[in-house]
Amino acid sequence: MEKVIKTEKLTKKFGDFTAVDAISFEVGTGEIFGFLGANGAGKTTVMRMLCGLSHPTSGIGTVAGFDIFHQSESVKKNIGYMSQKFSLYNDLKVWENLRLFGGIYGMKEIEIVEKTTKTLQELGFESERNTLVKSLPLGWKQKLAFSVSIFHEPKIVFLDEPTGGVDPVTRRQFWELIYAAATRGITIFVTTHYMDEAEYCNRVSIMVDGKIEALDTPRNLKNTFDAVSMDEVFQRLARKAKRSDNY
Amino acid sequence: MFEALAVNNISITYGKLQALKDVCFKVEKGELFGLIGPDGAGKTSLFRILTSLLIPNNGTATVDGLDVVRDYRQIRNRVGYMPGRFSLYQDLTVEENLNFFATVFGTTVKENYYLIKDIYRQIEPFKTRRAGKLSGGMKQKLALSCALIHKPTVLFLDEPTTGVDPVSRKEFWGMLKKLKEQGITILVSTPYMDEAALCDRVALIQKGEILKIDTPKQISESFPHKLYSIHSDDNYNLLLQLRKNPTVYSAYSFGDTLHVVFNEELTADNTQYKEIQPTIEDCFMDLLKK
Repeated sequence: MEKVIKTEKLTKKFGDFTAVDAISFEVGTGEIFGFLGANGAGKTTVMRMLCGLSHPTSGIGTVAGFDIFHQSESVKKNIGYMSQKFSLYNDLKVWENLRLFGGIYGMKEIEIVEKTTKTLQELGFESERNTLVKSLPLGWKQKLAFSVSIFHEPKIVFLDEPTGGVDPVTRRQFWELIYAAATRGITIFVTTHYMDEAEYCNRVSIMVDGKIEALDTPRNLKNTFDAVSMDEVFQRLARKAKRSDNY
Repeated sequence: MFEALAVNNISITYGKLQALKDVCFKVEKGELFGLIGPDGAGKTSLFRILTSLLIPNNGTATVDGLDVVRDYRQIRNRVGYMPGRFSLYQDLTVEENLNFFATVFGTTVKENYYLIKDIYRQIEPFKTRRAGKLSGGMKQKLALSCALIHKPTVLFLDEPTTGVDPVSRKEFWGMLKKLKEQGITILVSTPYMDEAALCDRVALIQKGEILKIDTPKQISESFPHKLYSIHSDDNYNLLLQLRKNPTVYSAYSFGDTLHVVFNEELTADNTQYKEIQPTIEDCFMDLLKK
């Protein structure tokens, strides 16, 4: 399988504090990869490096075939990103948001028009084309934000706690969009605090104190740790953390 | 003897949006009561009304027997409120924030220290650090300490565990349990359905309306169908197939299994399906379906 993410001894230091400590892992094409860890374990720092927003102190990493240190601009063009906090412009209409992000990623006008129609059809949002984003319910906004993040057909999309706060039905509909995208070959890199969602991933890594302490399929992790759920696996590993989030 | 909280037909609208519609419930003294629902359900509006910060369009509510509109001054002395958004003074240190809140309420940190000791001790090593420079988990502990320092009779916690990792969430619920043992009534909201099981009673709330109020156990037992779980190596495909099957009433992913309700009794040859006890999340989704 082709690797979309590859890191070797990726490290980030802030002064004498090692936020990310020589982590090595790979993520394959079309894989749904869950990136878990306690608050303060270093997840955000890793994500920022993989998205080309922060330079590693040492070690190497490639994302979508580009070096995250030397080719960070190419990395940014070939990935999608969605976070719970910011994703859409509330004062723009649904189609205007799609138009804006398509333009930012350098898509041609004709591609944007075609893709807009297709995206709205798939979401069942055709009737909301001209609705201001701020008047959409939260669950719809999140589904739209996900579609925006993969609008330019990136090789990989980074989802930072994408389902926070939505109702359980919407949360599941959101995961069905994720599955559909992964089936099309888009790699999914997702963080979440919902441990049942960790079970929806093909593979899961758990970070503790800047290191990846476990990486495997949910099933194998549960077997290894003799646990009935991913929550139990997580509790066992993360409880060992020395720095927790009090650094 | 009156209840710690009594909410009678509370409604509020913002423009065209009805944020709360005829909400009624009671919370007994010393109870740990959970408001469980997603963003936009109306949880924060309800908190703001009960802490006298927002006047409802309709209905009445009492806290400790005091009317939330008429007796707002007294209520503010009696309640502790931890809003969803971090609301302490970012430029004051940990210690200064705590002293400030104690002073505003006419007490001292020393007088009620016993109440916050277990929580505050964890952040005490950082007491000279500015609140704005704290990590998420530490902010949460400081906010809880500040909400408790005047020894409130009722504690309002608006989504204290949102965005918090599972280990810290578990710790936080441990702290709530201890506070409950001190006799403090707690109203806590959360979007995490699994936390419902940790409350004495819960109200499931969606779009401004309460769907159900009961103990977690009763809610789970009142699930009106037989619920089955099934596992396959390709759950996503199985889910899509089940959705097309007319005998399937509902099918949802749950961790590494699917939870399925059928329209008719299962025949004996369907041995791959196991009957299971519904969780609060199953119940919530079933209520949404109606």
